[in-house]
Amino acid sequence: MIREIPSKKIIEVVRGLCIDANYNLGNDVLRAFDKAIEAEESPTGIEVLKELQENARIAWEEKAPICQDCGLAVVFIDIGQDVHITGGDLTEAVNEGVRQGYEDGYLRKSACHPITRKNTGDNTPAIIHIQIVPGDKMKIVFAPKGGGAENMSRVTMLTPAAGIEGVKDFVVNRVKESGSNPCPPTVIGVGVGGTFERSAILAKKAILRDIGNRNPDPELATIEEEILTRINRLGIGPMGYGGNTTSFDVFLEIEPCHIASLPVAVNIQCHAARHKEAII
Amino acid sequence: MPKQIRLTTPLSNEDVEKLNIGDKVLLNGILLTGRDAAHKRLFELIEEGKELPVDIKGQVIYFVGPTPAKPGKPIGSAGPTTSYRMDPYSPKLIQLGLKGMIGKGNRSQTVIEAMRKFKAVYFGATGGAGALIAKRIKKAEIVAYPDLGPEAIRVLEVEDFPVTVVNDTKGNDLYQEGIKRYAKE
Ligand code: SF4
Repeated sequence: MIREIPSKKIIEVVRGLCIDANYNLGNDVLRAFDKAIEAEESPTGIEVLKELQENARIAWEEKAPICQDCGLAVVFIDIGQDVHITGGDLTEAVNEGVRQGYEDGYLRKSACHPITRKNTGDNTPAIIHIQIVPGDKMKIVFAPKGGGAENMSRVTMLTPAAGIEGVKDFVVNRVKESGSNPCPPTVIGVGVGGTFERSAILAKKAILRDIGNRNPDPELATIEEEILTRINRLGIGPMGYGGNTTSFDVFLEIEPCHIASLPVAVNIQCHAARHKEAII
Repeated sequence: MPKQIRLTTPLSNEDVEKLNIGDKVLLNGILLTGRDAAHKRLFELIEEGKELPVDIKGQVIYFVGPTPAKPGKPIGSAGPTTSYRMDPYSPKLIQLGLKGMIGKGNRSQTVIEAMRKFKAVYFGATGGAGALIAKRIKKAEIVAYPDLGPEAIRVLEVEDFPVTVVNDTKGNDLYQEGIKRYAKE
């Protein structure tokens, strides 16, 4: 059976998600602040974490953006194959939702032409990743991505001989070299395998996971924990002022790759780990 | 608790010389704002030997591009932006009497050296704490380059604006010291 979803509905949902994600930090991040305040060794680090906690409370109370960088609009959509969108096209509906959300929510518009640097004026186009799945529903995940942390992200093509140790070293070094720039404590998304572009999408998808949720594969879960421990021994700490809370979590996603390659992507997400979803 | 110091701008050499990395400072008075585009314009005026649209002597520049202000509010969320993009311009401004900069992330050796030589400091504000910081800003007024939108130069009136000393006038760097102190090899 075909289920119809009017494009107007999509606009409305995306608009709401833009505002919700930018004003209201997820409970997983709030819990991570609490835990880190307990565990942090550095007094300055604790001060920073308390400021972040207070900031999230003020943003929620006053309906204000958590961070002034309201990000590029990254949208993941899973569309059931039995869905038929009526009254307009999907991409335009998502962009219109972003346009309205950023305008009505007093969010900063950061999208610009890559060469002339002229601001597009409405934070569009959104970065849209679409997947067709079974069923007749549509799941929309909105994850605004700030520039500071995104700029520290990297993709590399390791040799297969580098193996899992090479992957771990690459991730830890990336976090080390990023230092204070991506607003630590961070969340680290790691995509291993696929092709050049697929590894990056895997890494980005990884950061949509809630802090504290391990990969269901026990072997991968162990690797996540091992990388996290190594990162938190670097000493970078909250805002890079020194301390043992450099990252809240590491999320690893893998996919088969070519026998000749080992693509690895690291997507760094700042503590403003914003993502909200809706199912239509 | 780290040591807390209250300071009011404009700052003198004595004000900044007593600051050490890791000190928590509450700034009062006024701050100037500017990021990439405004810095580029100020720098070009200096190169051409022209007068600047604002007097930077003793002042503190905050690297920020706020969200739009809601009706009735002086400013939107206003956390710091990454500072390294201002590195090419900062030494010249420091030489002309700028006493402080507020941002987040590492500065280049050239900037650190200029701060040591001409007595200035680099403060870190908590990145991402845009809503909290906005509450310490009581007034905001555009004083130059309104065409730059969020990047225009503003004068902010602030009360107990919370920052941490990252680079002091002795050439120290909190980012490096912090890692030395807390890294576990
Ligand atoms: S890195 Fe994140 S928290 Fe820091 S300024 Fe950018 S969006 Fe905000």
